[in-house]
Amino acid sequence: MSIWIHEESKVLIQGITGKQGTFHGTKMDEYNTNVVGGVTPGKGGQFVELPNKKVPVFNTVSEGLDETGADVSLIYVPARFAAAAIIEAADAFQEKGGGLIVCITEGIPILDMIKAVARVDQCPEVRLIGPNCPGIITPGDVGGCKAGIMPGFIHAKGRIGIVSKSGTLTYEAVAQTMSVGEGQSTCVGIGGDPVNGTGFIDCLDAFENDPQTVAVVMIGEIGGSAEEEAADWVAKNMTKPIVGFVAGSTAPPGKRMGHAGAIISGGKGTAAEKFKAFENAGIYVARDPSEIGNVLVRALKDAGLR
Amino acid sequence: MNIHEYQGKILFKQAGVKVQDGVHCKTIDDALNAYDSLDSKVVAVKSQIHAGGRGKGSLYDQETDNLVMEGGVKIAFSRDEVEQYARNIIGRKLVTKQTGSSGKIVNNLYVEAGCSIAHEYYLALLVDREAKTILIMASTEGGMDIEEVAEKTPEAIHKIWTHPVDGLNEKDALEMADKLGLDGHSKQDLVSMLESLSRMFIEKDCSMIEINPLVKSDSGDMIALDAKVSFDDNASFRHPWMEEMRDYSEEEEVEIRAHDHGLSYVKLDGNIGCLVNGAGLAMASMDVIKLYGGEPANFLDIGGGATKESITTAFGIILEDENVEGILVNIFGGIIQCDMVARSVIEASNELGLQVPLVVRFSGTNHVEGKEVLDHCDLDVHTSSTLAEAAEKIVNLTRGEE
Repeated sequence: MSIWIHEESKVLIQGITGKQGTFHGTKMDEYNTNVVGGVTPGKGGQFVELPNKKVPVFNTVSEGLDETGADVSLIYVPARFAAAAIIEAADAFQEKGGGLIVCITEGIPILDMIKAVARVDQCPEVRLIGPNCPGIITPGDVGGCKAGIMPGFIHAKGRIGIVSKSGTLTYEAVAQTMSVGEGQSTCVGIGGDPVNGTGFIDCLDAFENDPQTVAVVMIGEIGGSAEEEAADWVAKNMTKPIVGFVAGSTAPPGKRMGHAGAIISGGKGTAAEKFKAFENAGIYVARDPSEIGNVLVRALKDAGLR
Repeated sequence: MNIHEYQGKILFKQAGVKVQDGVHCKTIDDALNAYDSLDSKVVAVKSQIHAGGRGKGSLYDQETDNLVMEGGVKIAFSRDEVEQYARNIIGRKLVTKQTGSSGKIVNNLYVEAGCSIAHEYYLALLVDREAKTILIMASTEGGMDIEEVAEKTPEAIHKIWTHPVDGLNEKDALEMADKLGLDGHSKQDLVSMLESLSRMFIEKDCSMIEINPLVKSDSGDMIALDAKVSFDDNASFRHPWMEEMRDYSEEEEVEIRAHDHGLSYVKLDGNIGCLVNGAGLAMASMDVIKLYGGEPANFLDIGGGATKESITTAFGIILEDENVEGILVNIFGGIIQCDMVARSVIEASNELGLQVPLVVRFSGTNHVEGKEVLDHCDLDVHTSSTLAEAAEKIVNLTRGEE
């Protein structure tokens, strides 16, 4: 098993005819991901040429789901239209029995996201990952299911779950697991925006219940209190070992570090507080991302898994 | 994006929030004319900068750094006092709790009609990331440092949340008025103010509105004596007027230039320049430099769409900083290809005449090719395969150790 997506998941791409959509659709197809089609309003009936196949374009998500039976919709729609794309996908999935929405788009207005997340929350069978995230990947035996922009080749199928707010830092965590001979069950980038869909706790809960996953690497960053809340949840509910890192120990208060959500304000959301919460919850802490591999080995040994 | 108090009050007025009459001034003459035009014996003379704590701030002479006046917001009881205060404020450096020791030059002044104050309150609207909607926060402890109130007496801060789709519920607004101990027309005033502000928050894509103090006048009117408003930059495409309200002199020139090239840059106080792809990895790179005993000179995320041009700009920005004694490039190639970064780094270094040590760490897409490009160039560049090793190397090199 894995969480939320598996090797056979069928992926629809909203915005497939755009530059980003076509580029990443190609990369996904190269990684053996089952891309079944795309959606671009007004371009229904066209086809997009991917390396291994030609996929149809639909005018609406609903039509795309009817024709392809997709269970994942991946959004590469420009920021000003992205929230509407999320809402469209949520409505369509809710009607057809559920599904996963992954929104890669960066720079969506926060008030748009408040509305989009409120809609997704009304659809119990629908999950949203992102926005402003690298996506989600479940490595398989040959390639795998890659619903996002991460480089597929750095991954390998394995037993470590990874969840992170940051993109390239997720890749760093993947490389760290590989450096100690461990592969990944599923890697989820939840994104660095202040208002988003899936959070740390959703991911940890899913990893806890996933038989393939034996341990989790969790990467947070400054801002908000999601890490503290996750740590609280871990202390009460998690039996599998977790290795944690928080980026931004050196960030000054009041300065936004790239991500809209990565800001220490009113003395809250510092890395020191988050590391402390991790430690109090029994999470194995790596102070340096280059240490994640070694700390993971220690955690696995303590649990009798190595 | 932040705006000045005087601009915030224009928006408040449009939204139907009660404010005192006031005039935006750039010169001492403006201030005197403003005093003459306002039908008020007592006026507030207020420094306009994009930072809080103005009232308790101190004004210094730009050249001599001598203290000119305590307090960036003054109550003037005569025309002479207006002149004196305006003279002490315009063109001076205002240092507040929020500006840091370098302070900010005051180029704008607001002269506002005085107001009788029966009580001061605090009011703010902001996005609550956990509740995923707009939070309205108010307290009877107005005029104070609200962070201190939150820490010492959190029960003195009252909170209500708007509905993500339906907006503010009147019942919640009435409850807030009760919690603040308001009655009669003050209560009605507050409810209508909360309605106006939540509407404005959504219509203008605000990220924060803060009023400290919000006052109850002797006659029971609820008046916004302050206005701190900021907007969501991501929504600027639907608000062309934002550009007109933007005061570039309040922002760091280099951060604007970086932004225009798709870079995200924040200047810090250390000596090791960083060039990284991804915000999280950029922060982590800074953290690791610090772990090895160095100090990062900046946060710099070149983003996923970096090109040769943007990397050259990024290099230029790092090298402009006189404190920089070494540069760490940390790239985990995903969409970005390490060999493209390698060629851009070489070109930028040659173009800009690189004089400080450079350590490059490549991983991910085309990292082998990237390293090869660097190994075969004339540049004195050190390569590493892990972040820790690279950080340690650049820290040692800036200390003159190999």
